[in-house]
Parts: sequence; C-alpha cells; structure tokens
Amino acid sequence: MKVVVCINHVPDTETKIRVAADGIAIDRAGVNFMMSPYDEIAVEEGLRIRDKFKGDVTVVSLGNDASKETLRKALAMGADRAVLLRDDGVRDSYATASALAAEIKGLAPDVVLFGRQSIDYDDAQVGALVAELLSLPSVAVVVKLDIAEDGRVVCEREIEGGHEVVHTKLPAVFMAQKGLNDPRYPSLKGIMAAKSKPIEEKPAAPSEVRVQTVALRKPPAKNPGRIIGTDASAVRELVRLLHEEAKVI
Amino acid sequence: MNILAFAEERGGKFKKSSLETVRAGRRLADALGGEFVALVAGSGVSAAAAGLGRYGAGRVIAVDDPGLAEHSNTAIAKVIAEVARGEGATMVFLPASQMGKDIAPRVAIKLGAGLAADCVALRPDGNDIIATRPVFAGKALLDVRVTTPVKVFTLRPNIFDAAEGGADARVEARTVRLDPADMVTTVKEVRVTAGRPDVTEADIIVSGGRGMKGPEHFVLIEKLADVLGAGVGASRAVVDAGWRPHDEQVGQTGKTVSPTLYVACGISGAVQHLAGMSSSKYIVAINRDKDAPIFQVADYGIVGDVFDVLPALTEELKKTGK
Repeated sequence: MKVVVCINHVPDTETKIRVAADGIAIDRAGVNFMMSPYDEIAVEEGLRIRDKFKGDVTVVSLGNDASKETLRKALAMGADRAVLLRDDGVRDSYATASALAAEIKGLAPDVVLFGRQSIDYDDAQVGALVAELLSLPSVAVVVKLDIAEDGRVVCEREIEGGHEVVHTKLPAVFMAQKGLNDPRYPSLKGIMAAKSKPIEEKPAAPSEVRVQTVALRKPPAKNPGRIIGTDASAVRELVRLLHEEAKVI
Repeated sequence: MNILAFAEERGGKFKKSSLETVRAGRRLADALGGEFVALVAGSGVSAAAAGLGRYGAGRVIAVDDPGLAEHSNTAIAKVIAEVARGEGATMVFLPASQMGKDIAPRVAIKLGAGLAADCVALRPDGNDIIATRPVFAGKALLDVRVTTPVKVFTLRPNIFDAAEGGADARVEARTVRLDPADMVTTVKEVRVTAGRPDVTEADIIVSGGRGMKGPEHFVLIEKLADVLGAGVGASRAVVDAGWRPHDEQVGQTGKTVSPTLYVACGISGAVQHLAGMSSSKYIVAINRDKDAPIFQVADYGIVGDVFDVLPALTEELKKTGK
C-alpha cells in the first residue's frame, strides 16, 4: 500500500497574528511554527495503514526551508520519505493543490491523506481540490477509516450533529479529523533515524492563482464588557440584560 | 451576472445555512444587477423546492433523481457544475456546511473557477465581489477577490441573514446524466447524534472548560443548554482530557463558531479558544479568576464560582421562560 500524506508547517495555536507591512501577509517575526495538528493525525493514520498492509509512507509539503522541520517530524514519527516542493511565492488553495496534485500523480499512491484543514488559512479545501484534479474519490472530516484488502473503504465522517457512513474505494483521498487516532510522539530512536532519511527537494509546479488577497486585517477589537457581579445573586441582572439589552433570549 | 445558489436538503427540509445562502445570493444578484436561481438536487427534493421562494428565489431548478438517494459528493458536484454552465452562472454560492465544503472545490475545478471558502462578508465592488474570510481561526480577516470569470463562494453558517419574504418559487425540473463512475463515493447511512444542535449551527452555545473540574459536572452545562435550546461546547483542555467528545471542541483546533450568544463557563480564554468564538454576537463569561482573558471579550461577566452561578442561572431562566 503506497501512502502519501500532505502536511503543512503553520504558526502554532498560541500565536497572536500581526499583519506584515505589505498588508496582505502575516508578520512571521517571532512566530513559532509547527506541523498543523490535523496533519499529525493524517501522518499517524498513514503509518498505521502502512504497518497493516506493508508499503511505504511519503510525506509531502509545499514551502521553503522552514517546512523541513515539519517534514523531519513526520520522518521521526516513522514516515519513509519526504518531499519538499519548494516555493516562496504567493499561492492560493488552487495553486497549492495544483502543485501537490502534480507530485502525487507521479507517486501514484493508493491512499492520500490530508488533515481536515490547515490551521493557518483554514480553507479546508485543498484535499478535495487535489482529489478533483486527479479524478479521485475523497472523504472529508474522517473520524473512522477501514480499508479492506481489496481496496474497498468504509469510513465515517463528521457532519453537523452526527456522522455519515461513507463507502468508497481506493485510490482515494481522505481528510483526517480529530478522533480518527491519537498521533504518536516521535521516539528518540525515530528522531535519530529521521536524521539520516533524505528530504527530496524540487521546485513546486508553477500554477496560476485564482484568488487574490486584497488585504489581511485584524478583526475589529471587542470592548471588554461589564462585570455584573461576583456570585449567584448576579444571575437575575444577567438574565434581564440578555432579555432587554442584548435581546438574544 | 447570473448567480446560482445551491441549497442543501436533508430529510425534506433545507438547512438554515442554505436559506442564508439563498437569501445572500438573491441580495447580491439585486446589488449587481443579475439573474438569480436556486438549485436543489437529490431524491425527492422537488416537494420542498418551491419554499425557497420565501428566501428570495423566484426560480428554483430541481434535479430530482432517485439515483441521488444515497448522497455522493462527486455526483452532486457534477449536477451543480452542469446546471451552472447551463444557466450561464458566473457566481455559484454554496453554504459552508460540511456538505457544501465537501462539494465546492470539485464544482470550482469543473468550472475552472476560483473558490473563496467560508466567507463571512460579500461586498459588491463594481460588478465584482470582495469576499471576507476569517483565517487563523478568526485571529485575522482576509479580503479576497476571485479572479476567474466564474467564481465559487461558500458562506459560513450563522452569519448571513435568512430573512423571509417572497412568494413560492417557480420550480423547473432538470435532469443531469449520471454514470456509475460518478457514484463511487456514497453515503450509506446518516447517524444523527440525538438532542442538541451542533455548535456550528446553534444560535446559543453553552461551553465548559477546565473550571468545571471534572466530566461529571458537565451536567450543569447540559441543564443550562437545555433550558436555552443551546448546543454544548467545550475547550480544548477538557476534550484532550477526555471529559467531552471531539465534536464539541471550540477553538482553533476545533470548531469556529458564530452564535448569537456564547456562554463560557470555567473557561479562562486561551488564545486559540478566543479565536474560535470571539465572533459570537454576545458573550457571557462565568469564571472565578477575574484576570481570566475571557473577560476581555465578554459582554457580560460574572466573577464567581460556576458551581453556584450555573444552577442559579438555569433556575432563573426557567422562571422567566427562557
């Protein structure tokens, strides 16, 4: 079973976002980056599929030297090889998907995994874009994935207020949601082994950009509100305010 | 400038996010001076289709096909793309529901279109649209312009107004030829989690954090939620601790929510949590620590013990009739 996992190097969740001087990008100064959390779940699932069926796991990331840290982490978790699609330009989700699709096509995998969404630009679209570009089936927000020897797949995906049981067959693309598995921490042995695994570097396939950024801005600041009280006696006033002032109940 | 809006039907009813999408599409068509048409697709969807007229659709195209009884993302994407082409639609709107987000990228590729996902504002700009989408879970907003001739937008639930007004729509039946290859991926079963609304769709959310001190105390959250008809949310800390299921997690690695009212109980307000809920219209915070960051975004705060305040609040709401 040949598995490809697409992973992204993103600002960590405690980052306070500042807008860069160009007004369209984030200011990266002092920002810590990490593997997008849903991508860790995708890597873990890829490793489990490989261990069950034999085969190998290739992790692919589009970015620059900084992304090597995330690729290295995936190798330390147990991935077999890593590919860095070098690109320093501006890409929208379409341009990102195009470059990933071009690489994945060459690898001809049975299973392609993504995180449910990258926690930077939050599109939750790249996985399905890649699937459509490659004419592959896809299932998004996957919380359970059962693959049979013959390539038939039964999985569960999360929807609003419930789950869908989805049937499909390989080759296919899956977007991993929290709950699918608990990603392992890289072991010391894994970290040491990762150091000797090569990261293949190549330029990302060029692509048009279809969505242009006009501006990146901070949402309007919220004024701190009122402290109504310090114990249960404040609830009457709270309910009155919700009824009469906010008019939300 | 023709605008097509796809409405997601489940069990004979349209989801609220779809009604919001239809109304938003109608408004944009009026503002930009174009035709507007809504699309429903599935098995047995015709019956409800006329009702979209109340949300601004003069015309609704219904692709009612028993072959679509089992939902398939690839088949629905094909239907939407073919109808959009037939209608000469230059803008296609879908709700950013789980179904809409699953289909929209495929529709976009089929139409050679750019896609602006999860939009919270659509501003007419000449005969174009500037779309605003939250990024970094709402820590920043991105204004974008789709540069392709055909453009696809998904609209975040609970943001656009599903204002009623208008007569029943004229429903036109349409067929789209589907092949077995379009049906490789199918939904065999929908398992509904009974009871409370999902946090992405709820008007009111009651959310609990580490201050609840243990999973057994979430019954206080649930009781308040039930009086309010609210969804139940949770912070990352309590989901990671296994106190609550993943699908309740609000924040950057959970769900980003925009309810009318968000009640944060025993939640201190980590950056990643605030990002996921600070676009709520009203925020109530109940926390013992007066310095908790949650009070920086709360409209109304009670600096007190959740174990005293929550039961009292539930009782008071019962007395006042919600």
